[in-house]
Amino acid sequence: MHIVVLTKPVPDPAAAAERLGPDHRLDRAASPAVVNANDEYALEAALKLVEASGGEITLLTMAPAGGADTMRKALAMGATRGIQVTDPVLAGSDVRSTAAVLAAALGELTFDLVLAGADTSDGGGGVVPAGIAALLRLPYLSNAARIEPDAGSGRVKVRRITPTGYDVLEAPMPALIVCTQALGEPRYPSLKGIMAARSKEIAARALADLGSDPSGLGGAASTTTVLETRRPPARGATTVVRGTPGEGAAAIVNFLATRRII
Amino acid sequence: MATIWVVGELNGDGSLARVSTEAATLARTLATAAGAEAAGIVVAADPSSAATELATYVSRVVSITDPEAAGHVWASIAAERVAEVIGSDPGTTVLVGAGPDGRDVAGALSALTGLGVLVNAIGVTWADGGPAVEMSVFGGKLITTSGFTSKGGIITIRPNTVTAEVAGTIGRIEPAAPSGSLSLPKVAITEQVVEAGAAAPIEEARIIVSGGRGVGGAAGFELVASVAAALNGAVGATRAAVDAGWIPYAQQIGQTGKIVKPELYLALGISGAIQHKVGMQTAGTIVAVNRDPDAPIAEFADLVVVGDLFEVVPALLLALEARAG
Repeated sequence: MHIVVLTKPVPDPAAAAERLGPDHRLDRAASPAVVNANDEYALEAALKLVEASGGEITLLTMAPAGGADTMRKALAMGATRGIQVTDPVLAGSDVRSTAAVLAAALGELTFDLVLAGADTSDGGGGVVPAGIAALLRLPYLSNAARIEPDAGSGRVKVRRITPTGYDVLEAPMPALIVCTQALGEPRYPSLKGIMAARSKEIAARALADLGSDPSGLGGAASTTTVLETRRPPARGATTVVRGTPGEGAAAIVNFLATRRII
Repeated sequence: MATIWVVGELNGDGSLARVSTEAATLARTLATAAGAEAAGIVVAADPSSAATELATYVSRVVSITDPEAAGHVWASIAAERVAEVIGSDPGTTVLVGAGPDGRDVAGALSALTGLGVLVNAIGVTWADGGPAVEMSVFGGKLITTSGFTSKGGIITIRPNTVTAEVAGTIGRIEPAAPSGSLSLPKVAITEQVVEAGAAAPIEEARIIVSGGRGVGGAAGFELVASVAAALNGAVGATRAAVDAGWIPYAQQIGQTGKIVKPELYLALGISGAIQHKVGMQTAGTIVAVNRDPDAPIAEFADLVVVGDLFEVVPALLLALEARAG
């Protein structure tokens, strides 16, 4: 089984140092980069599938040149190799362009499954995987809490979380699946994994390597533009109540009543 | 006349999803500002109930009966039918919810039409001939306003962005059949499982009572659930509580869970780490019960009660009961 996991380097949310540059694009130099947390859940799901029935995992990312550093951690978790699409043209890519480039990169590969994280902590849209699946005419299964591929029948079953429970979906492979955290917590890289990752291949691909026409892609062709930015209104001062449990409870009830919430 | 479209999403029983009533209300406001018409599209094996409800919000609803939608995943089918209706004008604006179904529709619709996407709108106005979309980014540190270069595109709308209000007149419903065969692969739904005690979607809740590590276990979440019931709210949780198996993932709020904007967020035993904060900081009112007065949540809560939640919460239940009489 060959599984491609889509990963993205994002500003480390824990560092809380994200900012926009003067061009209104994310200033990627302002924060340390990490692998997007939701992508690690997708990778963990892929690792479990490969451990159970054999196979390889290719990480695919579209990122600026430095993105390979963050990919090492994902390789240390156990992925086989990485592919990084890097091209100066791609800075400032929008959803449409990102989906088109990743679809072109996937078009060069033979795979059984593509796994993606639910969304990224920087963009947060969670719309790119559906775009890739539509461009490649791949079966698209999102919000997955369980993934059961069957190599014999060439089909995959997925539990899709719904507001009231879950649906069981079934589709032929290759298919694209969007993962949730319900698939299980990502492992930490082992020392052995970290050592092994140093020699794993990260192939760099430019748009020309993918045969993609750069016009219509990247920042220059973006369909969206930031018009202005502002700080959110500051929250009011915090009221702190210390006292008996009864006093605390009364303070909450009064506060909610004053604000007409109850 | 130009059209501001809203894609009607459906609940499991075929009724209109709440987020679509809000998106439709927003579409109407935008249409008024733009001198355009607000119109809805419903795609389903039986769209009648959702289409009827959507018509109370907008002046026209295209109601597409697509037998393929029975037994198959809805979003890609809906995206394709919506693409057929809206055509290829790059100035077209389409609103859809920012939940799982809406995101799936938005991504596929963008690929099918070439329209751009702005995500997770917390407000949309009409300016300079197109939508101006407000988004909260960087964990709530910044609000950006963005537009489309072609003055049209797809916008995913967060729940609770506006209050749904029906229109003064009921719109006309235009029944329609799908105009062609599907080009995107259909995905079969082989089984639908309703889990006992599945909670209402937390993204739409007006009040959320949420528990973290301090709740201590599944038994502690029963206490959280009692407060939620007393306030007529939903139960939320931090990643730590979900990873510990105390409560299902569907209830998780934060960076790898859901982003919520309730009127009240009552945080019980939650320290307020940045990964959780990004999921709830835009709540109207934040109240925290925590033993540690220096926990990060004290920096952004409106009211902090310092104390043991296992003592404060039972007292709170009594006080709420007394108030309810």
